[in-house]
Amino acid sequence: MLSIKNLQASVEGKPILKGIDLEVKAGEVHAIMGPNGSGKSTLANVLAGRDGYEVTGGSVTYQGKDLLALKPEERAREGVFLAFQYPVEVPGVSNIYLLKAALNAIRKHRGLSELDAMDFLTLVRERLKLVEMKEEFLYRAVNEGFSGGEKKRNEILQMAILEPALALLDETDSGLDIDALKIVANGVNALRSPERAMIVVTHYQRLLNYIVPDRVHVLAHGKIVKSGDKSLALELEKQGYAWVTEDAPRASA
Amino acid sequence: MASSKQNIEALIKRDYQAGFVTDVEQESLPPGLNEDVVRALSAKKNEPAFMLAWRLQAYRHWLTMTEPKWAHVRYAPVDYQAISYYSAPKSKKDAPKSLDEVDPKLLETYEKLGIPLKERELLAGVAVDAVFDSVSVATTFKDKLAAMGIIFCSFSEAVHNHPELVQKYLGTVVPYTDNFFATLNSAVFSDGSFVYVPKGVRCPMELSTYFRINASKTGQFERTLIIADEGATVSYLEGCTAPMRDENQLHAAVVELVALKGATIKYSTVQNWYPGDVEGRGGIYNFVTKRGACRGDSAKISWTQVETGSAITWKYPSVLLEGDNSVGEFYSVALANNRQQADTGTKMIHIGKNTRSTIVSKGISAGRGQNAYRGLVKVLKGAENARNYTQCDSLLMGDKCGAHTFPYIEVKNPTAKVEHEATTSRIGDDQLFYLQQRGLSAEDAVSMIVNGFCKEVFKELPMEFAVEAQKLLGVSLEGAVG
Repeated sequence: MLSIKNLQASVEGKPILKGIDLEVKAGEVHAIMGPNGSGKSTLANVLAGRDGYEVTGGSVTYQGKDLLALKPEERAREGVFLAFQYPVEVPGVSNIYLLKAALNAIRKHRGLSELDAMDFLTLVRERLKLVEMKEEFLYRAVNEGFSGGEKKRNEILQMAILEPALALLDETDSGLDIDALKIVANGVNALRSPERAMIVVTHYQRLLNYIVPDRVHVLAHGKIVKSGDKSLALELEKQGYAWVTEDAPRASA
Repeated sequence: MASSKQNIEALIKRDYQAGFVTDVEQESLPPGLNEDVVRALSAKKNEPAFMLAWRLQAYRHWLTMTEPKWAHVRYAPVDYQAISYYSAPKSKKDAPKSLDEVDPKLLETYEKLGIPLKERELLAGVAVDAVFDSVSVATTFKDKLAAMGIIFCSFSEAVHNHPELVQKYLGTVVPYTDNFFATLNSAVFSDGSFVYVPKGVRCPMELSTYFRINASKTGQFERTLIIADEGATVSYLEGCTAPMRDENQLHAAVVELVALKGATIKYSTVQNWYPGDVEGRGGIYNFVTKRGACRGDSAKISWTQVETGSAITWKYPSVLLEGDNSVGEFYSVALANNRQQADTGTKMIHIGKNTRSTIVSKGISAGRGQNAYRGLVKVLKGAENARNYTQCDSLLMGDKCGAHTFPYIEVKNPTAKVEHEATTSRIGDDQLFYLQQRGLSAEDAVSMIVNGFCKEVFKELPMEFAVEAQKLLGVSLEGAVG
């Protein structure tokens, strides 16, 4: 589904990603871990097409297409979803209005008709349960006045409704207490499917107790320095990032 | 990958969509202004003596006045002698009596503008009085309204058919001495709309006027007078466009609203006059005086305006809260893009007891636009327990535009409560990216953010016009983030 080859990217002229290689197949959940400043969030933002992240080398192929050639909204319509680390407030725009506009933009791109109001509401109500949100949420302005936990749950709600093929979760666990973390993780797990791939970016192993990854990659200094199965995350938890970042040269194979 | 900034630039540069010219033979007075012109104008309209006397009074007073300079706008001086004060499509000698008699080219113009002028398209329930340059072309639904005692006609017709009402109310809210532009209007106004809703009658449909300046080098000076008698209710909407021309055109209108005891008038404007090009050439000078008087207890006047056009907007729809328990409202969205300048706001004058006013102003500045809110809340000595709430928000797109707020508060009664809140924000790249990441195009994302910003105002508009206003804002704005 996703093939990243020797991806290099800079922010404000400063190289952050220095050659990332990653293969993700449909149905897989990959965790990207790493210390602060290692380039985890940059990777997620480059894949989503955020302005200000300049790709300086390498390639990203997504479902056979050159992902980097697409505009952010085209990537979204093709099924790439980014759950934001810091979800953005949009005052005056209700959650349900955004959800509907987004879903219809994506459906239109896929040659489907717009959902009518009833079908849409039925869908939204059902997905609300996944993240244990009340219906009143839908009528509040997007992320405005939301608590940290509400914002992250809202991201997962959007994901549940937009049904992406590739979900990028950028530090979705940050700022969550244990109860909110469980709700978010349950929501994500319910969305795991053989057709869908996920890349979970996180600083802490904690999240991976709830969202169990198929593969774990450790990012340091803009490169993947170690890859393994879920036990790698536990090892990291025990030994700290210094353990992998210091023997980086050996691990790159 | 195209950057969102480029998208935005392209979006701002969208063309004015109502900028076509209709080729209709015009009958105009030669440019210039003097007493003879005023007399000729009045004669052309076959006006009764009281109207001519009123016009001449106004003209003579105007000669003693100077153009106001206090607004936060800049423009080359207007040559009042270079303007033609009367321009009418030359057609049959008498004004058309039905739509069949209206020049098909005019109807075509309105069709291009999307105005539902034809009766069959009017089943949606909008009665339109369309003013094309200086004369009122056709008023629809007149008969149906007349059956309820509601008078909805052009101002000229009202002068002939209801002179007692015109004489009783004309100039009682905006006197001919009021200000430079209103005085000029009083002398030379050509036409406009007139509404009278009798006691206890609730007008069953939105009344609507559409103004369009077509001929070049003409001014449009229309005058609107709306009277809601005791307990009556009426909702009125005005829309405006003009073709693209290199020179500036003057629009100096006056609107007077009179709400008697227990009456409600809701007046909504969607203004899309030609704003000039990117360099600031051409465009309409929109110098308008709008004022309503709550002349009886528990009367209510509500102004809602969406101002996206004009090179310069100078406009302060106001309410005189004379009756006890009367209510004044002002909801405004003003957009200044490219080189547009807007100085707009309101005046709420609390005179009666327990009077309440609400002001919600949303200013959007993009390109090199300059947007000023200017508002006066005045509580007179006798206005016990007056309340005002003012909220004034500015949204900036890009770094070459400006937003300015000039609130004036004068309180002479210690029981008054006056609140003022103001915010300034900017459309952020992060907001845009967030919405694009959800599948929205850059245009749709900007449009969504701006519409969210304006929501409190749009919800005050009648449903069908709210949709139009949203679209208009989208077209006029789209873009402008830096």
